[in-house]
Amino acid sequence: MKNEWPLWEVFIRGQHGLSHRHVGSLHAPDAEMAVKNARDVYTRRNEGVSIWVVEARHITATNPGDKGPMFEPSESKIYRHPTFFDIPDDVGAM
Amino acid sequence: MATKDHSADLFEFLLRMGDNTLILGHRVSEWCGHAPVLEEDIALANTALDLIGQTQLWLGLAGEVEGQGRSADDLAFLRDAWDFRNVLLVELPNGDFGQTLMRQFLFDAWQELMLDALKGSSDARVAEIAAKAAKEVAYHVERSGDTVIGLGDGTEESHARMQAALDYLYPYVGEMFESDAVDAAMAQAGIAPDPASLRDAYDAKLAAVMGEATLSTPDDRFTHNGGRTGRMHTEHLGHILTSMQWLQRAYPGASW
Amino acid sequence: MYAQMIKTAGTGVKPREEMTPEEAAFQDRIDADIKIEPKDWMPDEYRATLVRQIGQHAHSEIVGQLPEGNWITRAPTLERKAILLAKVQDEAGHGLYLYCAAETLGVSRDELTEDLLSGRMKYSSIFNYPTLNWADIGAVGWLVDGAAIMNQVPLQRTSYGPYSRAMIRICKEESFHQRQGYDIMMKMAQGTEAQKKMAQDALNRFWYPSLMMFGPSDKESVHSAQSMAWKIKIDSNDELRQRFVDQTVPQAEYLGLTVPDDKLKWNEERGHYDFSEPDWTEFFNVLKGKGPCNTERMNGRKRAWEDGAWVRDGLMAHAQKRAARKVAAE
Repeated sequence: MKNEWPLWEVFIRGQHGLSHRHVGSLHAPDAEMAVKNARDVYTRRNEGVSIWVVEARHITATNPGDKGPMFEPSESKIYRHPTFFDIPDDVGAM
Repeated sequence: MATKDHSADLFEFLLRMGDNTLILGHRVSEWCGHAPVLEEDIALANTALDLIGQTQLWLGLAGEVEGQGRSADDLAFLRDAWDFRNVLLVELPNGDFGQTLMRQFLFDAWQELMLDALKGSSDARVAEIAAKAAKEVAYHVERSGDTVIGLGDGTEESHARMQAALDYLYPYVGEMFESDAVDAAMAQAGIAPDPASLRDAYDAKLAAVMGEATLSTPDDRFTHNGGRTGRMHTEHLGHILTSMQWLQRAYPGASW
Repeated sequence: MYAQMIKTAGTGVKPREEMTPEEAAFQDRIDADIKIEPKDWMPDEYRATLVRQIGQHAHSEIVGQLPEGNWITRAPTLERKAILLAKVQDEAGHGLYLYCAAETLGVSRDELTEDLLSGRMKYSSIFNYPTLNWADIGAVGWLVDGAAIMNQVPLQRTSYGPYSRAMIRICKEESFHQRQGYDIMMKMAQGTEAQKKMAQDALNRFWYPSLMMFGPSDKESVHSAQSMAWKIKIDSNDELRQRFVDQTVPQAEYLGLTVPDDKLKWNEERGHYDFSEPDWTEFFNVLKGKGPCNTERMNGRKRAWEDGAWVRDGLMAHAQKRAARKVAAE
C-alpha cells in the first residue's frame, strides 16, 4: 500500500486528425510502462492511433467553487458567436 | 512458391512455428485472472491472444500444405504429444510471474528474429503470416524485455527471482537454434532461415537486456532438446494436452 | 447486477426542509441531471455509498474472472479459446475502469483490494457458483452478463460522472459478452445429445443464482430510496428481475431449453411472466461466505495479490532507481 504504483491519466487520439481525448486512468511504475499499459488496456478494440499519458498528480484543474468567476463571464459575450449577426441570404455563404 | 518436393518439410516447419505459439499461448493464458496487477493481467492476455491468432494462421497453413483436410483445430486438438513440434522452452511451467516473463522474453527475442527473416520467405503465404505476426511480436519483446529489466534491476528479491528464472530457463534456449534436415530443406528453398544463423543477433540482444537487468547469463551452452524434432518432450506437455484437448477427445465429432 | 445489498450510508432520504443549503443545492443538481464530478462538494454519505457500490462492482469484475477463467485452458477450439480469453480480459478491464472511478473519491485501489481480501467488502454472490461444464461458459455470458447488463445500462445515467463514464465504456464492451454466451448456448442446444444435456444442466444451475443477482426485493428499503434519490441506483431490484425474466424466457424457448421453474407462466393481465422467487436463504448463506466456491474465489484473489507483491515492488523500485539515475545524470 505504501508503494502503490502512481495513477496516470490516459489520452488517446482516436483517428488521425482528431485531438487526444481523455479515456480513463491506470496505474504504472513509470511513464514508459504507463504508455504500454495504456496500449494494452485502452486500445484493445482498435480505439487509437496515438497515446498520451500524464501522471495524475501533475494535472492542475479549476476549482468547482470558482465556476462563477471562471466561466460565467463568457456567457454574456454572445457577439462572439457567428449566429449573433444577421446577414441577408442574398450575400451568399459566409 | 513452395514446390511439391518439400511439402513434407514445409509441413514440419509450419508445425514447429504453430506448435510454439499454440503451447506458449496456452501457458500465458493460464495467467488470466491471476496476475500481480490488473494492468499486467490485461497485457498478458493480449500476448496470449496474439499467439493464439498466430497459431490459427500457422496451423491453418500447415493443414493446407499437408492436404489431408485437417484444420488448425484438428491439428491442435487431435494430435498426441509425439506429434507436437514445439521447443521445450514453451511447454515449461509458468512458475512465478518472473519465470513466465523470462520465458516470454527468451522466446520473443528468438521469434522476432525468425519472423523478420520469414518476411522475406520465398513462400508468399509464409511471408504474409510473418509480416502480420512480426508487428505483434515487436511489441511482445519490448514489453517482456522491459519487464525483465525492471524486475532484474528492481529489489533484491526480484533480482534473485529473475536470476533463478534465467538459470532455470537458459538450458532450453539452444534448442531454438538447432538445425536439422528440415531446416536445411527450408533454407535451401529460401522459405526459412537456418535457425543457427540467428544465434549471434540473439546473443547480442540477450546480452543487452540482461546487462540492463543486471542478470548474468550462464556460460554453459548445454541445451535440452527433442521438442522441435518430436524426439522427446518434457512431462509437462502431456498435462497441457490433457486439459486442452479434453472436450474434443471426450466428445468426438461434436461441433462447438 | 454486480453491486448487491449496498447499504446506503445515512438514515434514508432527508426531507428537503432538513437539508443544509449545500445538500439542497447538491440534490438540485442531481434532480436536474447535472453530473457530480470528483472535485464537487458532495455529502459524506453519498461519497461513502458510492465507494461501497463502485468498489463492490469492481471486485465482482475481477472475482468474476475466475469462474470463466476456469475454462480458458479447456476451451474446445482455438477460436473459442480466443473469444473466452478476450472476454475474461474485458472483465479485468472493467474492474480496472471501476477501481479508477472509485479512486476519484479518495480511496486507492490497493486499499479497496485489501478490503476485499479481508472480507470487509463483498462481491456479487453469483461468482461463488462453479462452472462445471463447457455450456456453463455459455450460460454465464447469456444469463449472468445478461442480468448485469439489465442493471448497468440504466447506470450509464448515474449521477456520478466518473462512474457513469465507466459504465458507458463497460456497456459498450458488455454486449459482446452476452452475445458470445448465447452463441455458445445455440451451438450446444443444436448439438449432440451430450451437448444438449450440458446446456440444460447449465441453465438449471445458473437460473436461480442469476435471479439472485438483483438482490432481494427492496420495495420497502430506505437505503434504496436514498440511493435512487441520488441516482446511483436507477431501478428497483424487482423491476430489474422482472425485466430479466421477461427477456430471458423467450430466449430459453428459442434454444429449446426448459427454465427450471414449474410456476413460470405468462400473465396476460400483468403483461409479464410470473415466476418463482429464488431461495433467499441460500442467497444470504452465499453472502456470508457459504457458497460453493467462496473459499476458492477468495483464495484465488489472495494468492494473486500476495504472490504478486514482489513484482509490484520490483518494478516500482526499478522505476525509482531509473528516475534517480536520470536526475543524477542531468
